Amino acid sequence: MPDKKEDLIDQNLQDLNNDGVDRRGFLKCMAWAGTGLVWSMSGGIPVSRAFAKGYGKDAGKGADFTFVQISDSHIGFNKPANPDVTATLQTAINKINAMPRTPDFIIHTGDLSQLSKPSEFDTLDQVLKGTSAKQIFFVPGEHDMLTDNGEQYLQRYGKGTKGTGWSSFDHKGVHFVGLVNVANLKAGGMGSLGNEQLEWLEKDLKGRSASTPIVLFAHIPLWTIYPDWGWGTDDSEQALSYVKRFGSVTVLNGHIHQIMQKIEGKVSFHTAMSTAFPQPAPGTAPSAGPMKVPADQLQKVLGITGVNYRVSGRSLAVVDSPLGESGASASGNAGEPVAVVDSIHG
Amino acid sequence: MKRKNIWIAAVATPVMIAMLLLFAGSPSVKANDQPPAANAAVKIDNFVFGPQTLTVPVGTTVTWTNSDDIPHTSVSTEGVFKSRVLDTDEKFSYTFTKAGTYPYYCTIHPKMTGKVVVQ
Repeated sequence: MPDKKEDLIDQNLQDLNNDGVDRRGFLKCMAWAGTGLVWSMSGGIPVSRAFAKGYGKDAGKGADFTFVQISDSHIGFNKPANPDVTATLQTAINKINAMPRTPDFIIHTGDLSQLSKPSEFDTLDQVLKGTSAKQIFFVPGEHDMLTDNGEQYLQRYGKGTKGTGWSSFDHKGVHFVGLVNVANLKAGGMGSLGNEQLEWLEKDLKGRSASTPIVLFAHIPLWTIYPDWGWGTDDSEQALSYVKRFGSVTVLNGHIHQIMQKIEGKVSFHTAMSTAFPQPAPGTAPSAGPMKVPADQLQKVLGITGVNYRVSGRSLAVVDSPLGESGASASGNAGEPVAVVDSIHG
Repeated sequence: MKRKNIWIAAVATPVMIAMLLLFAGSPSVKANDQPPAANAAVKIDNFVFGPQTLTVPVGTTVTWTNSDDIPHTSVSTEGVFKSRVLDTDEKFSYTFTKAGTYPYYCTIHPKMTGKVVVQ
């Protein structure tokens, strides 16, 4: 890894200083993300180990259930960074369908469309129809609320949700909360949840046992990755204060089209790859716009995120799989993980 | 009172007519007092409004052009103007008829801000 990148990560993650995590070890993991290192977290100490071949095959075995996160499909985008985003979304769905264990559901963390056009949502629906998963949960990205304050998004994907599309549900002992941080954004700010949603979240979590594993998902990261590019949520601290008492919290985001991970106390933060196009690492380009890579490299920087949950130990393992790996081939596994976070608590 | 109003009207009306005639017939006066409609451009490039501060005379039509691969908007922070979503190469124009400072931002990427100063 070039020094420059490590320096950047260094700057961006200064807030790790006081959380008891071995920062150097963490940075090492960060530097390796994307090149085949498995790392895990146990009792607040991140442990990295060399990525073992075949882990992907075992991923999901012995788990009590599995779900998959996909993000940033940007249907309608047709620029050089990826002239056919429908095809790459289809590849992602094929990859999910080829997983050794059918995921219980899929979570889409926003930017379904490029321009909130009905035809784009129609195309998305067509592709998603082909998935083996029984259910898909959505939160909107800023691209899904461009024209009508998200009315159309809500009608199509937000039935039964509150406000601009937030909701929660329980699945096999895990409590999932989908949050919206792309509505009513203020000039000069980053993502925003707003008071109404924060009040709802506080109530939603109140009274739940601290041993309940919590999964929060939202489009824009709920941790500050790079303020200059708006990669963070202004009032996420407030939201995170409500989950502090829980023993295991996993935060899944999209928006930045690349894998980033951070552990803070008992909270694991993770951002997913896009199924459409990659974006540059923070500060490595003049802007956060789509990053052009050679056509034969594209599928290595797009991908899906699988999450395996084990009741014993209440652990969630997050496994990122690029589209371009041999995942859907002979062995039928879901591809090899680029990075794994085991948030094992309690 | 009534008499006074009539007197003002009697004096003012010919003066106003004379002024209108004078303005219409004299391009030099017209140019000095009311410059012809001007145009100015803001380019949206790499998630930045350029120039970030644009200073223009009253009456200027400002045109924003999105040169990015990602859609943007140009929306007045104070509700004065609001573009539709601008996809790549799409434009939005607004004519500023009053002096003042007009801050604006991209509602999709709110870190993107700019202002138009109208003098």
